[in-house]
Amino acid sequence: MSLTRQQRADARPEHHARPGRFETDAVLGVVAREWILYGQSWRATTFAAIVEPTLYLLCFGFGMGALIGTLAGFSYIDFLGTGIVAVSVMFQSMMPAVINTFIKRRFLHTYEGILAAPVDVRELVTGEALWLALRSGVYGCVPLLVAIGFGLRPGPGMLLVPFVAFLAGFAFALFGIWISAVITSVRSMDYVFSGLFTPLFLVAGTFFPITELPAWVQTAAMANPLFHAVELIRGAVFGGLGPGMVLLHVAVLTGFAYLMWNLAAFQMRRRVVD
Amino acid sequence: MPAIRLSGVVKRFGPLTAVDGLDLEVPRGVVLGLLGPNGAGKSTTMKMLTAQAIADEGTIRILDHEIPAESKWARARMGVVPQHDNLDEELTVEQNLRMFSFLYRVPRRQRREAIERTLRLAQLSDRADTPVDDLSGGMRRRLLIVRALLHRPELVLMDEPTVGLDPQVRQDLWGVISALRDEGVTVLMSTHYIEEAERLSDEVALMAKGRVVERGTPVDLVAKYAGTTVEEYTPQGSGGISELESLVRAQGFDTRRTGTSLSVLRAEELPDSLRDRLGEPERRAANLEDVFVTLTGEAVA
Repeated sequence: MSLTRQQRADARPEHHARPGRFETDAVLGVVAREWILYGQSWRATTFAAIVEPTLYLLCFGFGMGALIGTLAGFSYIDFLGTGIVAVSVMFQSMMPAVINTFIKRRFLHTYEGILAAPVDVRELVTGEALWLALRSGVYGCVPLLVAIGFGLRPGPGMLLVPFVAFLAGFAFALFGIWISAVITSVRSMDYVFSGLFTPLFLVAGTFFPITELPAWVQTAAMANPLFHAVELIRGAVFGGLGPGMVLLHVAVLTGFAYLMWNLAAFQMRRRVVD
Repeated sequence: MPAIRLSGVVKRFGPLTAVDGLDLEVPRGVVLGLLGPNGAGKSTTMKMLTAQAIADEGTIRILDHEIPAESKWARARMGVVPQHDNLDEELTVEQNLRMFSFLYRVPRRQRREAIERTLRLAQLSDRADTPVDDLSGGMRRRLLIVRALLHRPELVLMDEPTVGLDPQVRQDLWGVISALRDEGVTVLMSTHYIEEAERLSDEVALMAKGRVVERGTPVDLVAKYAGTTVEEYTPQGSGGISELESLVRAQGFDTRRTGTSLSVLRAEELPDSLRDRLGEPERRAANLEDVFVTLTGEAVA
């Protein structure tokens, strides 16, 4: 006996699970997509992650280090090496968050495809940021290894660096996604890179202590999340950071991530939903 | 319960009303073609069904889920074939499908089977390891279609699935859509290709200026509005076409201008006395384009 098409439609199994409001499966689906893509691009990504900090340490560490000697109680190359970890985390997360997210949204129509699947904007944003945070957690440690090659003494506290890099990477990735949803053209990125990235990484205690800067700049630096990432990384590597300060820096980074999580989801929704 | 129900749906973009009081029901197990010219509101309607556009007025229900509030639940049970090719070009065919098997929550143990099944459906089994960038346009579009079928959806939305493809490739894709039809999958397909709508759809909804102006099976619509035969007359000299038009319309026949010729609908009913005055025609079968122009005054493509 053959069935009509209507009967076949009625007989189709309804095995689809009812998704929840916010699902880790959806987030992991977005991460899985990035993981598969990473399989194609890991060589270039790894090359950049190694070469950049190596060049920074070679040029600044040896060049400036010979002139400076010690800074804030550390050899300059140790001071710089730990600072570069934080800068590297910011660049590894925020830069692709701004550029790639913008391209995927505007030119590749990637998000149209993902959002046609059972994935919401907040899950999409979270998945994108989570992937970049994971990548930052791993690649953020590369400058540390390079710095060890340049003479930084290994210590057990260094094992905390990937966690700091992950937290900072998550926050900066969300910051970048929010920016990518705010800007309307590729040209606007010039403003972002010159007007935002540069002051962020210069006024964070990466190349020199912020105590040498004017008082108002020091105050502004306290609002810079990268400064808090730098302090946590130096604290982990060299010790000497009290529990109160650790809590403060972690709280600032967590609060920044939470704020950006909401702003990124809100702004991205405005862009992808008419 | 229909698979899709839209009631009084309105969508505005500033001063432009893209969808203007749309009422539409798609029963389960039916392939419904949404036929209309560019700007008719088809793509906006499709976007509202996936909650990538939010209706200003009216209600939308898909598979008994209210849209947009329960859109994610509806999307878990349906597949969407977008108008834009958004495949990841640097990845292989298999990797593209694997990515979406995660997004569609295909259980781990069923993933391999789902990918192999869709590869077979797209006739791309021997291309599984080929980067998408190396595929032909037709292969890419087949992949785009089956990507939406990984989780065995009950409903598939297709937004202009064959737009921009050459006729041969388009016909290949029709085979994939026909297979879905035979499986009892409900399909809502927007198109501005008459032949596609006629060949694949159980029912056609003709859309113009954001509304459905008529709906029915292609055969019934053609029979109702255009009869069986259309005769095309090409008068000589300027003004001839207007004269012919007045003459034929005075006898109660619908006509449409097609370039330098005049098409007379329901021509099988033309009296010989009138036909003798019109000259020698070219005859063809009436089609949905004739229906559409008769109802809206504008061409589809």
